[in-house]
Amino acid sequence: MTDIVQSLARIVGDAYVSDRPEEAYFYARDPGLMPPHKPDCVVVPKSVEEIQEIVRLAAREKIPVVPMGAGLALTGLVIPLRGGIVIDMKRMNRILKVDEMARHAIVEGGTSQGYLKAYLEKHHPRLRHSIPDSPATATIAANVMIHGQGRLTQQYGFNSDMICGLEVVLASGEVCRIGSGALSPDWFSKGPPLPDLTGLFLGWFGATGIITKIGVKLYPRKKMRDVEIFITDRDSLVPGMVYELTHTEMVEDINIFAQPKPMIFKDNHHITLFYTGDTEEEMEFKRKTIWHSLDRFIRSKDGGFMGVPPAMKSTLLDMPQRSVSRFADVKKGGGFEYSGPIIMVDKYPACARKILELAEKYDLGYSGMARIIGRSHAMMYGFAFTFNRADPDMMERTRQALHEVSVFALEAGGVFWKGTADEQKMAMQKMDPATRGLMGMIKKQMDPHGIMNPGNWEVTEV
Amino acid sequence: MKYADIVHRCFRCGYCKFTGDYTDFNCPAYRKFRFETYSPGGRMWLIRGWLNGEIKNSERFQEILFSCATCANCVEHCVFTFSEDLVNIFIAAREELVAEGLIPPQVRDYLKAIHVNGNPYKLPAAERGKWAAETPVEPYRDQEYLFYVGCVGSYDERAVKMARAVGTLLMKAGLSIGILGEKETCDGNEVRAMGESGLFEQLAEQNIRTFHDMGVKKIITLDPHAYNAFKNDYPPLGGEFEVFHYTQILAPVIGGRRILLKECPLTVTYHDPCYLGRHNKEYEAPRSILKAIPGLELTEMERNSENAFCCGGGGGNFFTDILGKGEESPARLRVREALDTGAGVIAVACPQCAKMLEDAVKSEGLEDRLKVMDIAEIVTGCLS
Amino acid sequence: MYSLKFDINVCQTCPTGDCLVKCQYLHLDRDTAVAEMVKIGKGEDSFVLNDCVTCYACEEYCRRGNHPFYLITEQRQEKRILTAPRAITRQWINIGEPQGKYRLGEVNKRALSFGFMPEFLSWVEGRLFEDVMPSYIFGQEFFCNVVYIHFAETNIIKERLPRVIDNFRKLGVREVIFLHDECYGAFAHLAPAYGIEVPFKPIHYYEYLYRRLTELKDLIRPLNIRAAYQRPCSSRLSSDQHHFVRDIMELIGVHLVERTYQDENALCCGGILGMNYGYDLAHEVQQRNIDDMKAHGAEACIFNCPACQSTLERLVAKQGIEPMHMIHLCRKAIGEM
Repeated sequence: MTDIVQSLARIVGDAYVSDRPEEAYFYARDPGLMPPHKPDCVVVPKSVEEIQEIVRLAAREKIPVVPMGAGLALTGLVIPLRGGIVIDMKRMNRILKVDEMARHAIVEGGTSQGYLKAYLEKHHPRLRHSIPDSPATATIAANVMIHGQGRLTQQYGFNSDMICGLEVVLASGEVCRIGSGALSPDWFSKGPPLPDLTGLFLGWFGATGIITKIGVKLYPRKKMRDVEIFITDRDSLVPGMVYELTHTEMVEDINIFAQPKPMIFKDNHHITLFYTGDTEEEMEFKRKTIWHSLDRFIRSKDGGFMGVPPAMKSTLLDMPQRSVSRFADVKKGGGFEYSGPIIMVDKYPACARKILELAEKYDLGYSGMARIIGRSHAMMYGFAFTFNRADPDMMERTRQALHEVSVFALEAGGVFWKGTADEQKMAMQKMDPATRGLMGMIKKQMDPHGIMNPGNWEVTEV
Repeated sequence: MKYADIVHRCFRCGYCKFTGDYTDFNCPAYRKFRFETYSPGGRMWLIRGWLNGEIKNSERFQEILFSCATCANCVEHCVFTFSEDLVNIFIAAREELVAEGLIPPQVRDYLKAIHVNGNPYKLPAAERGKWAAETPVEPYRDQEYLFYVGCVGSYDERAVKMARAVGTLLMKAGLSIGILGEKETCDGNEVRAMGESGLFEQLAEQNIRTFHDMGVKKIITLDPHAYNAFKNDYPPLGGEFEVFHYTQILAPVIGGRRILLKECPLTVTYHDPCYLGRHNKEYEAPRSILKAIPGLELTEMERNSENAFCCGGGGGNFFTDILGKGEESPARLRVREALDTGAGVIAVACPQCAKMLEDAVKSEGLEDRLKVMDIAEIVTGCLS
Repeated sequence: MYSLKFDINVCQTCPTGDCLVKCQYLHLDRDTAVAEMVKIGKGEDSFVLNDCVTCYACEEYCRRGNHPFYLITEQRQEKRILTAPRAITRQWINIGEPQGKYRLGEVNKRALSFGFMPEFLSWVEGRLFEDVMPSYIFGQEFFCNVVYIHFAETNIIKERLPRVIDNFRKLGVREVIFLHDECYGAFAHLAPAYGIEVPFKPIHYYEYLYRRLTELKDLIRPLNIRAAYQRPCSSRLSSDQHHFVRDIMELIGVHLVERTYQDENALCCGGILGMNYGYDLAHEVQQRNIDDMKAHGAEACIFNCPACQSTLERLVAKQGIEPMHMIHLCRKAIGEM
């Protein structure tokens, strides 16, 4: 491996390659529960050309390459399951272009969500992107690569639906552009009216290519933003409530959570509704419409809008919500992990009951949290458990609970989101064989030497 | 190790690396090295791995630990309840390394020099007060304030100029100050930050004894690092004094027009020292001085106040230079940020920042466009 | 279990029916008012049990010593007529559950009680409170629980209040100054109505502020502002203390605007109305209330209850009226803010 390290050093410079035990220890892990696996080395490149050279070297030497953003998926997607080279993308964090009128940005593959947010607020205050609630260090490319969701997901779908082009380094080391940018200087479409080739990369976790640039659609940023919380004690009524709310077409984002602590949240389901406006009148009109959409539930005493204390309001309006990360330390143990299947909204009651059952069975702290995708088209239901990293028994119980979630989610018709390597296998076993075969063909063509984040989306029989 | 019960609680979410508004990565070591291991989260996980025997104390591990500038950006932005202890945890780990005797040579040399000479420059104590020779500043007898200059201000060529400017200005303002000269010894702030807690206590006790013997009640420090040590670390050791950074003394003097200033058409950006700003929450006094200068335009860098980017000199790095080399060194990045403001002057309030940034201006080849001036130097240049 | 002292004969012989005639939300004539209250007293059904919005005001309107609002609440509970959505009620019950997170200052014979509103801790600084601080009490263990009359849950009160009183007793306090008038109302008004013994003297913080301001008269600089006062529902349980609003404002040079919705005619802040009945009622009441403040030239809106303030402060501020709590107003008058 020393030769490889020297070759890598020639590509990125001595300072940005390491095969030291310290980097090997850290990059072998993510904050979740997956077992560690050490990389042979870690590189931190600065340019697409450097990445091309790294991938060519890896292809030549048949060494795995694992692209990594902030490594926050929690499901081990950047743990180098077969060793090799971890490519930490975060030095490639330039914002290359913002087209105010066409409402899109082109950013490098290691650009963080937080940086784009700050940049837009400063230079383009009328624009925003669909920021997820993962920590601000999460990268835009990695989030899209896992089909993440964000603040605008109820309005526009998965964050990966909100892109307008990619630049990708293929397993051969070639670089190619996907979308209108493939033949035009303008990145306005990720595919249409061409064949949409983004599907060859999105959701593949780097197993087919490395995103080096990404076109991100931007949306109007209104001057005002507020939040209301509608609460109910009947999980079975939640889908109907969400249906009414999405019908208004006035809500920015809908998140639902149920958790036992603190006491203010005990026993209820909280439908958190964000809305925005440019004027007081617009805000009040939207607020009134949103409230009225749930009148029948208020009249039947099945739910009501709770008073949101100012501190809670600012916590909720924070983007990204830092409080999400704080869940990791509920047990004073620095850990949480969730399984977040994408599933129909009518499965909310079943999911809510399942998490209760598992929390009780395995004696775990939990939070059930859902984000509505589209106009009630689906939701991400996060079965989140907090654990103490210094308590191996609690970690094992959490693993078992999450495994049960996986089985449940699949049976309930759900699809794993950013699934672990095991969940990917479970999904492929259940998948239509023809679809699985197609995936296998794609993977084989895209990555003939099996060097691209191996261990992920590997179809054994083709 | 102290805080061993906390290290596993880091989720490595990375908020610690950023400014509060995510404008940029703001951890100086991470910004330079760009491996996650050099970020606060990386250190937390490595310390845990080391305590568990999964990794060993190596040169790399030492570099990772000692590259922390103790700038407290992580303390400011970590989202967890243990955020206050982050820098303390890194210092505690350094203490373990010091106790093992396995530390970077530069750190070892620094600590040895302090132990032997009472200063890192290996210069005689007799030369401590030399800087004051051509100033009206006199030895401390029974003046109202002790003006504590510290090692850098006493010996470093750049910082000596700053000490002269501050001392002279304080005298001009009619303050009753005196210096200890050869009786002064290192305040120990960096010694503590580098993990030599035993030596720190010795220094602190020695200083406290001297201060008590001399009847000192009030102290003005040149260096925010000394200010921090006197204000926060000396009281538990019996050293209760009224401590001020010199900008806190000058702010009411300038604001109250007890010194008359002429029109000074300078465009200035102010660089917050970590030990005055984030560690002690003093953001306003230096700015109020600059704002009170007629004609001076104060323009802020993108990262300022609690989001200020460290010059890279904190936590002992001023002496060890682990962070100081290369184009991506924090000081050079900071100088580029200052240049973006359009300012012609970077105002500083710390002798270590003064030196770090002045060197960085030279490395960047910007001597014609940017000057690094201490606040007292700016005020002195504007005296009518 | 404690039971309400209520005399139906008092209602049957009532010449005015004030309890419901004066109601801001039901609009009844004298005969209907008396007839409905008698029905409720006999345990019969009444539309009042469905339509009452829980503003507490009838407790004040009744000048004959009966307890119409407590009775309505008891009967709603008896008949399981929900005032609030179940989830809201549950949430409030959970919030008030003691969790061992109470905080005590250096409690002596006289103490300030914050209920469990932590903001008070930072509010009670300065000269006004120097002769009692740091003797303070905070936490669910010392929370009066009276808010549950909004939710027709008197059983919670009857179950928790004696325990709370016992907690006070264990502290050995003789006088407790309550910074939330609902708590004062609980110990000075509701507890006696249910025959619950209170082993200390409850003092309304208005009385305390008035006394302190008098003592610190030399520090007062008249504020010379025109203010509206937002009277909270809980103030109806301690109407004997309401005069202090004017007394204090006179002392500190604040002109209380003579608006429509004040004193007996005060309107609810709308917080509970929104939670329990939805947008329209809350919005209409809030709009009417704030329009009234504006029409009478109020420059500031003075709050007694932090919850009212939290509900209304943004709305009044939008109208150019400065929202301020009475404590802050008083501290301002002595130059502390």
